[in-house]
Formats: sequence, structure tokens, C-alpha cells
Amino acid sequence: MPTSEQTDFFGMPDERGHFGPYGGIFVAETLMEPLAELRQAYQTYMQDPQFLAELDADLANYVGRPSPIYLAERLSRELGGARIYLKREDLNHTGAHKVNNTIGQALLAKRMGKRRIIAETGAGQHGVATATVAARLGLECVVYMGEVDIARQSANVYRMKMLGAQVVSVESGSKTLKDALNEAMRDWVTNIDDTFYIIGTVAGPHPYPAMVRDFQAVIGREARQQIRQQAGRLPDALVACVGGGSNAIGLFHPFLGDRSVAIYGVEAAGEGLETGRHAAPLCAGSSGVLHGNRTYLMQDGNGQIIETHSISAGLDYPGVGPEHAWLKDSGRASYVAVTDEEALEAFHVLTRKEGIIPALESSHALAYSFRLARELGPEKIILVNLSGRGDKDMHTVAALDGIEL
Amino acid sequence: MSRIGARFQQLEQEGRSALIPFVTAGDPFPDMTVPLMHAMVAAGSSIIELGVPFSDPMADGPVIQRASERALAHGTSLRDVLGMVRRFRENDADTPVVLMGYLNPVEAMGYDTFAREAAEAGVDGVLTVDLPPEEADDLLAALRPQEIDPIFLLAPTSTEERIRRICAAASGFVYYVSVKGITGSSSLVISEVAARLVEIRRHTRLPVGIGFGIKDPETAQAVVQIGDAAIVGSALVKRIEALVDEPDQIPRAVAGLLQEMRRYMDLITPV
Repeated sequence: MPTSEQTDFFGMPDERGHFGPYGGIFVAETLMEPLAELRQAYQTYMQDPQFLAELDADLANYVGRPSPIYLAERLSRELGGARIYLKREDLNHTGAHKVNNTIGQALLAKRMGKRRIIAETGAGQHGVATATVAARLGLECVVYMGEVDIARQSANVYRMKMLGAQVVSVESGSKTLKDALNEAMRDWVTNIDDTFYIIGTVAGPHPYPAMVRDFQAVIGREARQQIRQQAGRLPDALVACVGGGSNAIGLFHPFLGDRSVAIYGVEAAGEGLETGRHAAPLCAGSSGVLHGNRTYLMQDGNGQIIETHSISAGLDYPGVGPEHAWLKDSGRASYVAVTDEEALEAFHVLTRKEGIIPALESSHALAYSFRLARELGPEKIILVNLSGRGDKDMHTVAALDGIEL
Repeated sequence: MSRIGARFQQLEQEGRSALIPFVTAGDPFPDMTVPLMHAMVAAGSSIIELGVPFSDPMADGPVIQRASERALAHGTSLRDVLGMVRRFRENDADTPVVLMGYLNPVEAMGYDTFAREAAEAGVDGVLTVDLPPEEADDLLAALRPQEIDPIFLLAPTSTEERIRRICAAASGFVYYVSVKGITGSSSLVISEVAARLVEIRRHTRLPVGIGFGIKDPETAQAVVQIGDAAIVGSALVKRIEALVDEPDQIPRAVAGLLQEMRRYMDLITPV
């Protein structure tokens, strides 16, 4: 395997969607041609100045980009270590980074003449971001969501319905994000003529991992400029949470060539890696094929996908984007895991010290950045992707405190 | 010649077409599968397609998803499925068996180990639903020395270029998915399928099986007037599901539908 020094990270994936041994296209024959059409459209429009101008205008005027970076001064001082900057994706319209991608894919859907949008969702953030752009463009929208997630993210379910989306409860398998993805794929294969499937993360068959990354890379492009302006130099480390890995790859990708910048992806250790009740395929899984690509998976010895556990619905996924699998193997990025308990603590710390309520997903990245800040010391700079805000998690956190809202 | 090739040749000489039932191995429990396979052969089946249960059957409708869940509740693994084929072979040396499933259990076992153990068990063909020929080189290289036929899907959306490529990689037969959708979803439209079959036959001399959407004897009869085999899955699995509480009745119920299909199919002269 080539080492990190020899690798052209910006040339990935290859024409057939491979990131080294990962990625690719593993779907039933019926989807092969629709995926080829999508690939073609995507390649065409990403070089079309008119399309790009429309995308940029939407990101500026509808999403509110650029999102700021913010030096968490009080937090950094009290931790007594490196200075922590937050990339404020929580300030985007709809409250998370997810909308960067749904805006892009919905514009693509419109160009391709599709009148119906489908999506899968875990925490509901991607579902809300999809329902939002569908409402704006006047497209029919169906969102698939696991029964378990519907129960723990009821506020987002209601938001999607208000936006005019139909939310379909998925009751097969583990009734969470992976099953919602299966169900969305089944819908797509049945309705390919008029339907565009907006995948919410950097997983799925090619071109999704590359396409979603390219739409999310606006995070890293902005952050790289902003940190140079504000801190006068590049950061020493990047930290982002990884479920499927879209906010992480969005931040990481523009920095891959900056060898002085260490990169950390933070998975959900749930109740602890040693308990087996977690959602950390990169830290504790093995290679396999699921949802159209080869990547690291949580699976048993017979190749069956096993149930994951995380306090945050958005990280509760047994796979991970193939580019992360490649970055791990190549050594360019390191992947670590943070437990439910550590994430919750970070959630409360940021809320109390900075007046920012983070999503439970982003709280995983925060928890690891606290640890890292103490290790690195005050001369260093850490840039954390605050991928979403915590309003959606009020019920979960309150319930843990024994309070019913 | 492979058992699959020999079976199609024999059918051609008899002037009959192939009936290929699909059931999920281990559904509703592992001990049912081998007796059920024998019952299906006795009912006039030509080739048995045995589903390997998978936790995330993305291309399957609710009926076969639930069959997978029932089988997995008993822990039915790919190795267990190979054991069932081995036991089936003790009393049936002729009926070809095709494994149909998803790639990940095969990956977990390792391609070479899988191919060797499958051949030893008496498997004749392998269809991995989520493995298009573009990604199949390594698995094909493992199956070839064991003389296991790789079966590939063709779909209503397949371009001429893809049909050519898939037929070049396949052996045994090719499987035409007659509807855009998942297993058990909707009924096929014979005129549309017929037009596609003409196109497919331009690129291959392999027998063409038609599956997805064959619910009753009438449809089975209609498809073998244009194709070489009728592949029936969800309609059988539904009968199994209806009898999970009276499993003794399952072999007879499944065989009953297959006999009717066989009878209807034998009324016409195949293509």
C-alpha cells in the first residue's frame, strides 16, 4: 500500500469510484444505468459555471454561508491547553452541515428533470435539510426513517411533515439509519424514472461518496481561509465526528495536502468499545460490502451487519464513507472513539462555558478535542467542526437527567 | 458440462422449459430446508435457487426480507447453507443448486474458501445480487477453477453495452429481472419483457431465466413462451410465511403451487 507521502489524495476516487480497495459500485443491475446517468450529470454540472453560480448564491443567501469560525476562548483557557476554534456549521439554515449537500443535490435533481426526491435519515437532520430544499423547489419529498429514530427524534419528524414531506417509518432490521437507507434504495429502484435519491452522507455507491464530499468541502475551504486570517496560520489539528462521515470529510478534504495538520475523526464508542455496544467501524470493525460500497463495517464473523449503539442517532450507523477507510489505512487521518458519557459531558461543558448548545454528534468531536487540547498545550491550535446544533437533542438529554419535557 | 448446462440441454430435448423456485435457506427454521428442496424437485422444479440470508437485503421486498429475518433468528450462516446443500446432495445428484444472496457473507468467508467449500458441497451456480461484473473479477477468478457458474442479473435499465458485457461474464444462464423494482413488488408486462428478450438473445446463446413478478401459473406459462425459465420466489415464500405456525404443511403448500406452474408450463411448446 502506498504511504501517505506518495498519495495523491485529491485524485481520489478513480473513475470507478475506488479509494484504494474501498468504495466502488456494489448494487443490483437495475441501478447501474441510473448511477451512470447521475455520474454523467454530476460531472457535467460541476464544470458548468451557471450551475456553480446558482449553488454559490444559494449557499450564501439561503444557507447563510460562510459560517464563521469562532475561538472558544473561555473554554480553551479553562482546559488549559491548545486554543480551540469551532467551525460553526450549527449556524447554517436548518441547524447543521447537512443542508450544504441537499442544496447541491436538489439543484442537480432539478437539472436532471426529476420531480420526486427521496432521502434516508437517522437523527432527522438530513431529512429536515432534504424536506427544506424540496419545499423550496416545489418537489415531492419522501423521507425514510427507522422506527427507533422516529421515537427519539420526534421534533425533527414533525418539522419534516410541516415542510410537506412524507415520513415513512421503517420497521425492518434494526429499525435505524441503515434500514432507512435500505428502504430508500428499494424506493429508488422502483421509481428510478422520476425520482432522485439524495443520500445524506459520503457512503453509498459511486458517485455518492465523491459527490457528497465535494458539496461538503465548502466547510474546509472556508475554514482553511478563515483560520489563516484569524490565527495567522493553519491549525495543528482538525477534529470532526464520524458517523457516515460527511461533515468530517467536508472539513478534512481541503487540508489533506497540508502535512503539518493532524487529522482526527471521532467515532461513537457508545457504552465503550470493549462492550461491543458502539458504532465505531473504523476503530473496531472490519472490511466488507454494504450499501453499495466496500468499507469498514460492524459485522459478525458470518458477514451479517450487527446492531450499533450510540446516544446520537446521527452516528448510529454500522458503516462509514469509503474515503475515511482509505484515509485510515493510508495513515493520513487517525480515527478515535468517544463514549456516550464523554460526549454528554462535552455537550454540557460547551453549553455552560460558551453559550453554544452542540448536537450530540458534534459533542463527540468536542470531547476528543478537549483531551487533545490538554495533550498539545497552549501554543497549538485545534479546529473542531461543530457540525450541528443541539436543539433536536433536548428530549434525549432531558430524559437522561430524569426530566420530561 | 456443468450440471446447469446439462439440465437445460435435457429440458430442451424433452421440449420443456425450466421451473426455478427460490426459497431462503433456514426459513422458517434450518431443518426445513433440505426436505423442502426435495419436495420442490418432486413437484417438477428444474433448478433450485437457495437464498443465503443477509441482514440488509437491499434488493428484496418485504416478503423475502422477513424470510431472511426468520432464518437469521436461527443464526443461519453461509456455512450452514453449504451444509444444507451437502445434505441435499446425499439424495439428489442431478438437480442443480444456485446460491442467491449478497456479497458480504461471501467476502467474510473469503472468495477462495467459499468457492472451494461451495463446490465440495455441490453448489452449481452463484448469484450475488449486489455484485455487478465491473467488481466481479476476483470472485470470478475464484469460482472458475471450481467450475461454478456465475449467474448475473440483467434489468429493464441495462443498456446494450451492459447486456453484452454481462453475457460475456456469465455462464449457466442469465437472469432477466422483469420489472424495475424489488422482489415481489409488481406484476410484469409480457410485451415489454418479450421486446427485451429479443435484444438479450442477440448477445448470448445462454438460456435466459425470467424472474421478479411471477405470481401464478398463468404468468409462469406466459414467460416461458419468451424465455427459457420461470423463476419464482416471493409467491412461494409467502406460502411459507403463512404456515410458520404449521410448518408440517409447508412442503405440500410450496409443492402445490409449483405443480400447478409446471402443469401450465408443460401445456405449451417452449421457444
